[in-house]
This record gives sequence, structure tokens and C-alpha cells, in this order.
Amino acid sequence: MQVTMTVNGDEVTRDVEPRMLLVHFIRDELGLTGTHWGCDTSNCGTCTLWVDGEAVKSCTVLAAMAGGRDVHTVEGVAQNGELDAVQQGFLEEHGLQCGFCTPGMIMTAKWLLERDPDPDEGTIREAISGNLCRCTGYENIVRAVRWAAEHPAGADEEVSA
Amino acid sequence: MTTTEVPTSAEGNPIGFGRMHRKEDARFLRGQGTYVDDVTLPGMLHGAILRSPFAHARIVNIDTSAAEAHPRVRAVITGETLEGLGLAWMPTLSQDTQSVLATDKVRFQGAEVAFVVADDRYAARDALELIDVDYEPLDAVVDAKKALDPDAPVIRDDLEGREDNKIYDWEAGDAEHCAEVFDQADVVVTQEMLYPRVHPAPMETCGSVASMDPVSGKLTIWTTTQAPHAHRTLYALVAGLPEHKIQVISPDIGGGFGNKVGIYPGYVCSIVGSIVTGKPVKWMEDRAENLMSTSFARDYHMTGSIAATKDGTIQGLKVDVLADHGAFNGVAQPTKFPAGFFHIFTGSYDYDAAHCNVRAVYTNKAPGGVAYACSFRVTEAVYLVERMVDCLADELGMDPAELRMKNLLRPEQFPYTTPTGWEYDSGDYPRALKEAMRLAGYDELRAEQAERRRAFEAGETNQLMGIGLSFFTEGVGAGPRKHMDILGLGMADGCELRIHPTGKAVIRLSVQSQGQGHETTFAQIVAQELGIPPEDIDVVHGDTDNTPFGLGTYGSRSTPVSGAAAAVVSRRVKDKSRIIAAAALECSPDDLEWEHGRWFVKGDPDNGKTIQEIAFASHGNLELPEGVEGHLDATAVYDPPELTYPFGAYICVTDVDAGTGEVKVRRFIAVDDCGPRINPMIVEGQIHGGLADGVGMALMEVIAFDPEGNNLGGSFMDYLLPTSMECPSWETGETVTPSPHHPLGVKGVGESATVGSPAAVVNAVLDALQIRSADMPLTPAVVWRAMQGSPLRNDLAIE
Amino acid sequence: MQVPDVFEYERASSVDDAIALLEKHGDEARLIAGGHSLLPMMKLRLAVPEVLIDINDLEGLDHIRIDGDEIAIGAMVRHAALLESALLAEHYPIFADAERVIADPLVRNRGTIGGSFCQGDPAEDLASVGTALRGSAVIRSSAGERTVPIREFHQGPYETAVGDAEMLVELRFPIRTHIGSAYAKVERRVGDWAVAAAGAFVQLDGDQIADVGIGLTAVGADGFTCPEAEDLLRGGPATPERFADAAQLCHDLCAPVTDQRGPEDYKRHLARELTRRVLHRATARARGEES
Repeated sequence: MQVTMTVNGDEVTRDVEPRMLLVHFIRDELGLTGTHWGCDTSNCGTCTLWVDGEAVKSCTVLAAMAGGRDVHTVEGVAQNGELDAVQQGFLEEHGLQCGFCTPGMIMTAKWLLERDPDPDEGTIREAISGNLCRCTGYENIVRAVRWAAEHPAGADEEVSA
Repeated sequence: MTTTEVPTSAEGNPIGFGRMHRKEDARFLRGQGTYVDDVTLPGMLHGAILRSPFAHARIVNIDTSAAEAHPRVRAVITGETLEGLGLAWMPTLSQDTQSVLATDKVRFQGAEVAFVVADDRYAARDALELIDVDYEPLDAVVDAKKALDPDAPVIRDDLEGREDNKIYDWEAGDAEHCAEVFDQADVVVTQEMLYPRVHPAPMETCGSVASMDPVSGKLTIWTTTQAPHAHRTLYALVAGLPEHKIQVISPDIGGGFGNKVGIYPGYVCSIVGSIVTGKPVKWMEDRAENLMSTSFARDYHMTGSIAATKDGTIQGLKVDVLADHGAFNGVAQPTKFPAGFFHIFTGSYDYDAAHCNVRAVYTNKAPGGVAYACSFRVTEAVYLVERMVDCLADELGMDPAELRMKNLLRPEQFPYTTPTGWEYDSGDYPRALKEAMRLAGYDELRAEQAERRRAFEAGETNQLMGIGLSFFTEGVGAGPRKHMDILGLGMADGCELRIHPTGKAVIRLSVQSQGQGHETTFAQIVAQELGIPPEDIDVVHGDTDNTPFGLGTYGSRSTPVSGAAAAVVSRRVKDKSRIIAAAALECSPDDLEWEHGRWFVKGDPDNGKTIQEIAFASHGNLELPEGVEGHLDATAVYDPPELTYPFGAYICVTDVDAGTGEVKVRRFIAVDDCGPRINPMIVEGQIHGGLADGVGMALMEVIAFDPEGNNLGGSFMDYLLPTSMECPSWETGETVTPSPHHPLGVKGVGESATVGSPAAVVNAVLDALQIRSADMPLTPAVVWRAMQGSPLRNDLAIE
Repeated sequence: MQVPDVFEYERASSVDDAIALLEKHGDEARLIAGGHSLLPMMKLRLAVPEVLIDINDLEGLDHIRIDGDEIAIGAMVRHAALLESALLAEHYPIFADAERVIADPLVRNRGTIGGSFCQGDPAEDLASVGTALRGSAVIRSSAGERTVPIREFHQGPYETAVGDAEMLVELRFPIRTHIGSAYAKVERRVGDWAVAAAGAFVQLDGDQIADVGIGLTAVGADGFTCPEAEDLLRGGPATPERFADAAQLCHDLCAPVTDQRGPEDYKRHLARELTRRVLHRATARARGEES
């Protein structure tokens, strides 16, 4: 079947099987390999991306279901090569180690900050509780999101501060 | 070494040790890392493995005809196919053999039976359904305690002369002396405990892309390996391929924790698939496959006994271990040590009587045992001694901190030889424990606990509070070549450093980051030694064609071994740069002094040459002393003289709901001493991750099996990993005791917190409940049952 | 990676369209909303529908509103919306209690109340919330709508009152005054299914319990509840002793099954302990002593 959706602002159309999972559509059909998969069972969250502004686990969404919708992945976060505030926060606070959960974490963190620009630690911990990380023990991820909340303009703000 | 002494580069990075952003993060943050599943080659096919639904069954027949008839299937490979190639069995890292694809029997649920190669991964998955395997189920050995029963089915009837399921008996220490000490001791406490089967479960599963070039005969394999060079040599030995025609590329690795040390049947199948089809073949396991078939960790049934005087002076420790290795002995560890470094179980205390006996058995479970940041089973050892010390404190009615402080090794005892033969390099243990108690506010916590206990007993609350301690000593950085090898490959690491004419550098390593930040840390080592800014240093790793030989990253060995190699090779460059600088400055090398990347004439600081100037001169027409070649490039191989011994003091504070058995980790204080910290940010990150592992293992992680041998932890719905909600905000501290024999004084830290933390959490929960023992994971059910005095057995299906 | 078997995909444009598609494709067709229960089962090939009918485009099913003397919740309301609803927080904080411990925020962004009810999992938190509140389910077919009490909706594990070519469109909960409600769950880890859970509402008339509803999750309670415990409480004083007696009945009359989440005796204990706790909290909320 033919599926058309908008991915990071670009309209894409592919002919795929109805059963194709969105994560495979993004990775294998579009070559956007920043979105990972880690568990099959919607537990780990490394496949997190946005569909119509909501952070969702793309291993548990069909590509067909995303047809006509607006999808955003980690590749669309940096603008003109510059890291956005969340990415910069992860860099500043060492919010990543192996980097495998990082794209999903970033997409969840950005979703949180869209809804709550100044979340406290507990709110951050709850928001990322569906995103597993095996390396960081979460502490520096929480700090990274706080950094982003405190520096909404990202690195630019830090330089001017 | 303090960071204030370190100069800063134009980009604001320390030219040497100190906190700096990681160089590798730029690509990860943008989703531009390249993990194995991101590798796509022209014409690439996809593989999938058919696995056994039975724990133990004879294979009567495999019918692959329907799968082969699938229009998108290119090949179906079975054990029979592999037998023809001599590849149905492969050697393990412990001198055993392991089935690649089963020919005679399947020996664990999830065992590899057939490999399908298809045009895409969906078709490969579909074709698995079309393979018809006729099994004759056999009784399974599920309970390790019954593996040696006379009527137990023999799992390894493939091994000639094998009549039971015993793998080995191994002992260390002086049993006779131990018996004497125990006979005369005031107090002896004996306790059974299980360190259950857990799994490293890195976020990225295992996989490979194999590409055999039929023209050149060269095999290139992109694979999830922590040890690319070891894999290359093993492929050469297993498959009979010439080693120079094998290139192993370990790209970005999404976490390893020991899960990616061994060679798995899927890797071999992808290679065979590529040979058979003439196309590149990708195989990525799914999560169930990862949890059910790749290297698990622990599974040690331990019975410890501790002897002491009645005033709390520890006199001896002995332990009997029943080790469940699964269906094949596939553990990765130095050859001389079949139980890894478990005999470091005497821990951080001063006594001279110790003995362990380890009996390893086969069971109908997946193979493995040494993984999950365990430092070759130091994890099990630390858990044992730290639980036993708490049992003793309970017996004596002593505060567990006081008991530890009384028995810790004293700084003046180092270097210290343990009763089982380890030579601890350096340490100030009481200082670390005092620091942890200070950070925790130990006395205030005990007062709060007493008040809570009073309120509980008065019926005012059902919330109990516990404080748990753990003190660990690890032996890492394997290892001295005279003692340590894996399959005959000594554990020394090579390193190459190339200095370009403009003073930029490339360092090539054998170790392989799985998230540890090698691209930053190793650049900082070179920066520290040579004064070249870290951003001017490229770190190359993970490609056997482009890096020197070494045994890879596990056992916290990267900085202790390859880090030393990096320092040594940098010093060789520096020595040569001095000669060249002297030639340029027309003076004797002895007249030169070094500071911040520059040689200058003693007493004339303005008269000098920077390392960059020297690099250019080394390529120019400067007249060099006789016998001195140009260029600054150098190589080194580092054979560590001894292990290094990081240590730490951990304190965990838990709240336990006595009505439901729920445990909440309120605080966790970790004081680590790993010697000087090259990049404190990275070191702290390593510790944070290990602490989360400890919470996971202590509270939720376990792979249990039902009576038929079905794996009950085969997905992330069943095998639970800690989330952000179970982890507290970690509180870290440090002391610094350099290793006297390491060129940089550093000791390694990758596994410290995983090793040290589980006992602290368990001790805290038991402290809250005033119960002497309960086995991990302390799920609400386990805690509640322990409170009722009818403990659950965690390695089997709950009854 | 696990992938589902092949199927045909249809996207419904309206409830009538969805029902027409169900009629067209027969019992091999399944509706898919959030997909977070169905797709994992399809990946394991435990569910192999021949046709999936995507109902995410359907309008008019995402409301949480007062309708007469009831609160009406459209079947396509996502868990996240239930958690954040001010209307539900005002009338039934039990929803937020439960939603906070259902899966994780990302799953809650996709999963729907209708999907949760129709999956019929014995460990489904919302099923016992609905049972406790004695709500009703509105089911539509081409023949029209019918309303089924939630207490008759679940007919066994993974079996519901929704027949072939029918669709759950709305859940309705009576508005009550002088009440409090609460939900408590024990889980091995955040996001896990319940080891056991309990929910309750308590309606007070002075110090007397005018009405009460109890829901029990994952303890094998017949119909997700314990009517004997409700009967014991109804019309009597709201005292700790009576709560304990009612909780004991839940303990005695439920029928939990041992699994890796816990043994039977522990789950039975939790049925008692959690029932007692939610009765206390619901009562405290009814009295305005607790938020």
C-alpha cells in the first residue's frame, strides 16, 4: 500500500506492506537511522519519535497508521547543524554514554518541555520513565533536561551569559 | 594531580585531565551514530534464527522445504549444512564447545536450530514459521541443585565419556587453616544465598553484518563486539579463514556490559549466510533472543561461613559455590581462573583464613555466566562477603559500619597479599568509609531509623527504613601476561600514536568503547602527556585493519591496560621530541625542560619549541643526531605488571512498606576511589550507571525458569530494567589513592558500582525488616514472603 | 525484530464506516486504536487478524464531559487525557490514581480507554476502576446502540460484551455527591502490570456509607469486584474496623493465580491490604481531608 506522511517537514511517499512498523519505515525506507529499536514490546522507548506532536513509541505504531500525519525524528532536532537546547543539555551534563537510548530520550524530553517548560526533577523522572537507559543511571539525563529548561536558547544563551 | 594545573585549549578543553564534553557526543546527539543495524550494504540480505521452544529435546527431523519455497527466501541453513563445513560446533572461550546450529539435540530454550536468509527481515521472520522441526522432548535439568542427581539426564552427551553434568570443581585458599580457625572461633555464622541469573541487556541487541568478497576472499564483519581483535583471531581459528583476510569492524556499540564479549551462533550464521549466498547478510537478534540466548550473568548459589571473635574481629571466611553455567561452558575469563576472580571474596578486610570451593554444572539453560559488568565474578565475591559481614553484625548485635571499620585493611598494610593470593596495590579504606558516612549523615540516619521503628511498633506507620552498607575491592585491568590469557591470547594491549607534521595526532587502540567515552578519555591521556589539545587528537578504534592487537574492553580493563599503553606510547613520542627539539635548539637533550607541551632550555624559558613545532621539524630537513630517524610516530605494547584495585564505600537508604513489601531507594551515597580521574564527568557517569544496575539487580532483575525449562524472563515485560523512577538522585564522593604501578596511577572504574552496589541495597532492605537473609531480586512479593518467614526461591517459577 | 504476520489495512472515516468495515470483513477483522495491546500480541503472532481497521481518524469519540447526570468518556480518549482531565479529577480522582500507574507516559499518549476495556486483560487497571464506579458501556452496531453495565462488560479473560461488528463508543459514569474515590496498585516496577490493585469509591451520608463500589485488579476476583464486601459496608458506619472486615472478604473471596509477579497468598494479602487502603483514602477524600 502507498503511505504518505510528513517527516521532519518533508512529504515522503513509499509503497510498503500494511504491516510495516513505523520504526522500520523511518529506518529502512527513509534511512533515518537515528531512531533505534530495542525491545519489540513498547517497553524501552529507544524508538520514540513524534506523531502529530505527541511522543510515541514507533515500534508499536504501523507506518500505515502514520499516513497523513506529521512525524518528527531526532534528525530534525538540530537546526542548521546547531544543537537545540535539549541536545546541548545532554552534551553539557553528560546525559548519554553509548548513545543508543539518546534519540528517544531527546524526543521525550523535548515533548515534555513543550508541555512544561520548567519541570522539576520528579516531573522529568516521570516523563522519561518509559525510556530505558542502561548506561547513565538517569541522573545526568534529568540534569540535562533541567539544563535545557534553564537555557531555552541552548548554547547561544550560555555563550552570551 | 589537580585540574587547576592543566592549561586550557582554544576550544576551552583541558589539555590533559579534567572535565570536558565528550568528543563522540556530536554524532550521537544528532542521531548520526552508526550502530550495526544502521549498516546497509548493496544487495544485503537479512537473516533470522529459528530457535528451540524446548529446553531439552532430541531433533528427529527438520523439514525446510516450505521455507525454501518462500519466494523471498535465498537460503535455509541447518546444523546439517554446517556439519558439512565443519562449523556445526564452535569452541567457547572456556575450552568447551558450543552448538552453532543444533544437530543432535537442543539443550536450552532458545537454542539455535536453523538460519533463514531472505530479501528482507519481514520475509526472514515469516519463513521461520515455515520450518517444521520434529522434536522428541527430553527431561530438562532446570534446578542447578539437582544437576548432579544420579538420575539427572546428561546434557552433554556430545562430549566423549561424559556421564554427568559436572563441569569442574575448583578451589582456592587453605582449607586446613580455615578449618582450624573456624573450630576455635567464638562466633561462626553460616548463610545460604543466591546471586540469581541476570542479564546485561544492553539497549542495543547483538548482531552482525557479514560480507564475504568471493573474489578477494576477504571477510568483513560489522559486529557488536567489545573485543574486535579477539573475535578476528577466533573466526580465523573457527572457520579456518586466514586471519589477514578477516576484518572485524565494531562500529558504535549500544552498550555492552559483557554481553558483547563472546561469539554467538548468529554471528557465525551471518558469515556462513554470506558465503552461501555471495551477498552481505545482516542478522540482528530481537530482544527475546537477546535475553534468552546470549550471555547471562551470575547464577551462583553460595553458602558462606564467617568466623569472628565475640568482639567482632573477623577471622575467616569460607564459601561453597554451586555455579550454574547453562548448557555450554561459555564463560569469558582468563584461562587459569575457571571461576573468574571469585577468589577475591575475602574482600576488604584483614584476616588470614579463607577458602572457596566452586562446583560448576551444566543445566538446560542458555550458556554464559561472566557478564554484566562483573569484573570476572568479583561481583559475586563482593556480594558474598558484604552480605556475610552484615549477617555477622546481626549475630553480634553490632552496627555494620562499626564492624566494617574495625576490620578494614589499614593503609599501611598495602601492598597487601590476600589469603587467596591477590596483591592489592594501594588503598586507604577507612578514609573512604568515613567519607561515605559523613556524606550520608550516618548517625542522623540511624536516629531517624530508630524513631521510625518505634512509630512502626506503635502502629503509627507501616513505613520502615533501612540503611545498608557495602565496601568493595575490585581487581581489574586483566592482566599480567604471565598469569592471564584467553584461549592462549595474552592480555596485553597494543597502541599506536602518529603525530602529523602539523602536530595533530591519531591514536589507535585495541579496546572498544560501548559508551565509556574512549574517544575523549584517550585523547585526554595523550593531551596530558604531550600537551596537544584533545580536539587535535583523533582516537581510532573498533576496526581490526586499522588498530593494533589487544583483547578488548571488559573487566574494567581499558584504562588500566590500554590507558597505560597510551601513556607509554605518548612518553616514547615525548622522549623522541626531546632529541629533535635539542637538535633544533642546538643544545643537548639534557639541557631541556618540559612544560605544557613544550621543550625549552633550562634557565631560558623563551628559548623553546612546542610539540607542534617539533612535529613539523621531525618531518623537515633538520639534521638529526646519528641513529635518530625522523617523524614522531611510536608504538607500544603494555603488559600490566599487576592488576589494579579500585575500591569504594557505598551506603543505601531504603524505605520499605511493610504492608505491601514495596521498596523505595531513598538515597544512595557512593564514595569511589579509582585513583586519579582523567575525566571526572565520565568517571561519575560510569558510577551512576553501575548504581542503577545495582538497584535493578537488587530489586527487579532475574531470569527464572519453570519446571520444563521455559525462560520466564524473555522480554522487557518480564525482565525488568530499572527506570528513572526507581533510581534516586545519586550522591557521589571520592578519595584518590593512585596505583603505584600504573603509569598514570589510574585504576579503572567501569564496573565498580555494578560490583559494589547490590549488596548495599539488599543490606538496606534487610536492615529495615530486621531479617537476616532474602535473595535478590527483592520484589514486593519476595520481601513480603521473607517477612512471613517463608522465602521464595527466585531462580525457579514461583510456586 | 518481531514483526506481525500479513494483514490488510483499512482506515475508517466514521463510526458507521468502522462498523460497516467490521460487517464486511467478518470476525477476522480487528479495530486498532492506540495499538499498544494489539500490536505486541500481533508481533508475537498470538493475534493474527486478517484485517485491521484503523479508527484513529474517527471524530466525536475523544470527549470527557458531563452528559445529564453522568460523565461520558469517548472510547478514543487517550490515557494521557484521562490523567490530565480536570473534570475527572473533580469527580473521580480514582482515574488519575490509576492512570498515573498505567504503563508509561508515551504509552499513555497512544493507548485509549476503549482499547483498554476491549482488550479485557485481567490485570487491566481501568477495568476495575470502571467496575468500582459501576459505570456503563455504550456499544454500537448497525442496528443501533445498546448500553451494558460495566459489571457485565467483562465476560472472562480477554472476553467482552462487544460482539462481532460492534464497537464500544463510550463509557459512562454516574455523578455522585459526597463521595471520594481512590486506586492503589502494587507493581514490581513503574510501568509494569499490577501484581494486584484495588479501587473504590465511598459515598457518605454523614458518618454512614450510603454507597460504595470496589474494584479488584489481577487477583481473580469474579467480575473484577467483591459484592459481598460492598454489601457489608453499604448502610453502615465508615470505620476502620468495617473497612478491615470488608477487606478481609476481598481477601477470602478472590482467586488469584500464582505467577512471577507473586504467589497466590501474597496477592490475596494485597487484595486485603489495598482494599483497606483505598477505602480509607476514598473516605478521607469524601470528607475533604485529603486531595
